[in-house]
Amino acid sequence: MTEMLGSKAFVKSLENEGVKHIFGISGGSLIPICDELLDSDMRFILARHEQGAAHMADGYARVLNKVGVCVATSGPGATNLVTGVATAQIDSSPVVAFTGQVNRNVIGTDAFQECDIIGVSASVTKYNMQVRTPSEIPETVKKAFYIANTGRKGSVLVDIPKDCTTLSGEMDFNPQIKFRGYEMDHTPKPQELDWAAQILAKAERPLIMAGGGVIAAGATNELVALSEALLAPTANTLMGKGAFPEDHPLSLGLCGMHGTQASNSLVPQADVLLVVGSRFSDRTTAKVADFNPNGKVVHIDIDRSEIDKNVETVTKVVGDAKMALAGLLERVKVLKNNPSAEWSNRIQEFRHDWSKEADTANGYLRAPKVIRALRELLPRDAIVTTEVGQNQMWAALHYDTYLPRTFHTSGGLGTMGWGFPASIGAKAAKPDVPVVDIAGDGSFGMTENNLATAVEEELPVIVVVLNNNVLGMVAQWQRLFYDRRYSAVKLKGNPDYVKLAEAYGAAGVRTTTLDDFRREVKRAIKADVPTVIDVPIDPDENVMPMIPPGLGLKDTLWRAD
Amino acid sequence: MAIHTVSFLVENKAGVLFNVTNLFRRRGFNIESIAVGTVQDPKYSRMTISVDADAKTLANLVEQLEKMVEVIKVKRLDPLRTIQREMLLVKLSTQDPIAREDALKYINNQHGLVLDIDDDNIMAEVTGYPGELDEFLEYVKSIGIVELSRTGITALEKGRLKL
Repeated sequence: MTEMLGSKAFVKSLENEGVKHIFGISGGSLIPICDELLDSDMRFILARHEQGAAHMADGYARVLNKVGVCVATSGPGATNLVTGVATAQIDSSPVVAFTGQVNRNVIGTDAFQECDIIGVSASVTKYNMQVRTPSEIPETVKKAFYIANTGRKGSVLVDIPKDCTTLSGEMDFNPQIKFRGYEMDHTPKPQELDWAAQILAKAERPLIMAGGGVIAAGATNELVALSEALLAPTANTLMGKGAFPEDHPLSLGLCGMHGTQASNSLVPQADVLLVVGSRFSDRTTAKVADFNPNGKVVHIDIDRSEIDKNVETVTKVVGDAKMALAGLLERVKVLKNNPSAEWSNRIQEFRHDWSKEADTANGYLRAPKVIRALRELLPRDAIVTTEVGQNQMWAALHYDTYLPRTFHTSGGLGTMGWGFPASIGAKAAKPDVPVVDIAGDGSFGMTENNLATAVEEELPVIVVVLNNNVLGMVAQWQRLFYDRRYSAVKLKGNPDYVKLAEAYGAAGVRTTTLDDFRREVKRAIKADVPTVIDVPIDPDENVMPMIPPGLGLKDTLWRAD
Repeated sequence: MAIHTVSFLVENKAGVLFNVTNLFRRRGFNIESIAVGTVQDPKYSRMTISVDADAKTLANLVEQLEKMVEVIKVKRLDPLRTIQREMLLVKLSTQDPIAREDALKYINNQHGLVLDIDDDNIMAEVTGYPGELDEFLEYVKSIGIVELSRTGITALEKGRLKL
């Protein structure tokens, strides 16, 4: 036990957790902590809005598989974090958010900048805690990191009253933390593996769907080995992008509302569908009854409460995906040694040669071609983030991802404005690889002020703005299902992105041909300032394929016409 | 849909009740009754909640509860293997001598206790399984209920079974 100031104990606790970067904005209740940070080696990255800080921490966490830390002051600072911690939570990303709080003696009196952030954040975090005495700081920090980063990962919020940081207490920096109600062993049961393996081995048309859980567990090698052993075509969910290399001959790509022709055609035909680390989002399954109507679904997930939640399974394996896949592989190899290639050869029916497609339509560059050009220019380990909407679906369909943790998107909450700050967090995590945010103008507008952060922190990310001056996905629905009645989608007041970037001290360029685009991407990769590449695209361009709302995989429309 | 009773052990600290009821709210369950109190080890509390739900959503709710950090153990109680009890305090209007006599009779039949009595009212404590209390209230309705308060169902499993 050591007598120490709360603020000092807080900083020391973060250092003990191995924190190197903190994303946030200061404020009244955080002054003692920020003062203490001056004497620490941890780098404070000053966002321009707390939502951005939370997304930066989230992007950082997803890239490094390490807890991302964000801080905000009490009241509005804390409420501004809410979208960020909700986004991280639903995508199982380990983020710990610290919020300042008013002094303990005025909590509950509607003091200046007071907000009951514990009440507000309860539904959108994995766990939250309020520090009640200075001495509780080390233990609370340790608990927060532990909960955020174990089991099914997620976000944890810790609320710290200001006077707990300005007063001293007896500090124990090696507290024993234990939770009777928190499951800590994620070893799958051998019997569940036996049953699952027997069903898989008997399959004639096995198919695997990889979700974000494969990436969370670091189970790509095991997944590839199992797919190859079964000759099972392998689809991925949006969160599972990167779990299975998309240049692998067995890869089908994205499944769901905007799934590839290969995925959406073969998933319903599989006689055994092994789903790994996925929560069967409605965007993945489309109409549940048509998802895999005649087959057997086998589900591996670390979170027991996901089993049978949205889709009924014949058998389950609860536990860590890496251990589960390794266990299945071992058993399947014994049970089955000559899988037929007839089924997996069907993937060939769906191969599409995009190099033969035109670069432009209606006088604009086509978004899929822009993203494919980007893919060719970036190294395999480059990191891509996306915004939400058309840009996100085009990126998911056309940016082939080869390695886990190189493609990041707000899959669950669908938070517009996520990708750009997340890319800043990603660049702070991995400064040596190119980091690109594939954006739309609508999403970029929501967090573009963080350009100031990217410039001053010398984090030269690249933002590709697929610019159609419209909230594209909503407009697409209005075009297809609302008789072209465009309401509340036209962004006539968009800024000139070249000038905007320059105003912040970043580089800005506009490209209207693929050759220009390639040249500017190459230049941006080497640049030491952030670059915004404005790429005007056709406001009438649709993301295809698409499943109309309420219908199933078999109803996928492959082309807009 | 049917009434199910779920009993679970939680950490005895501020905010746990909020988090539990918040989960029920998020999943769209209306809590029919809730009873909470500490157990032999004061670090823990036992909550007993009755909800109107179909079996499948209830099963998922139990898993969601189990996932909560502060929740230690959850069990859906099988009504055939469980003793369920609820207590009721009721104040009856008994100015009329016949009403007073009827009230005392019903209270007595239900093995209730008269806790307070004056010229106008009788306050009684009645315990029973939830259906019994409903029946009792049905009887005394005609006498005139001034006010009442129910504790919510509490329950323990029979014999060797335990949470």
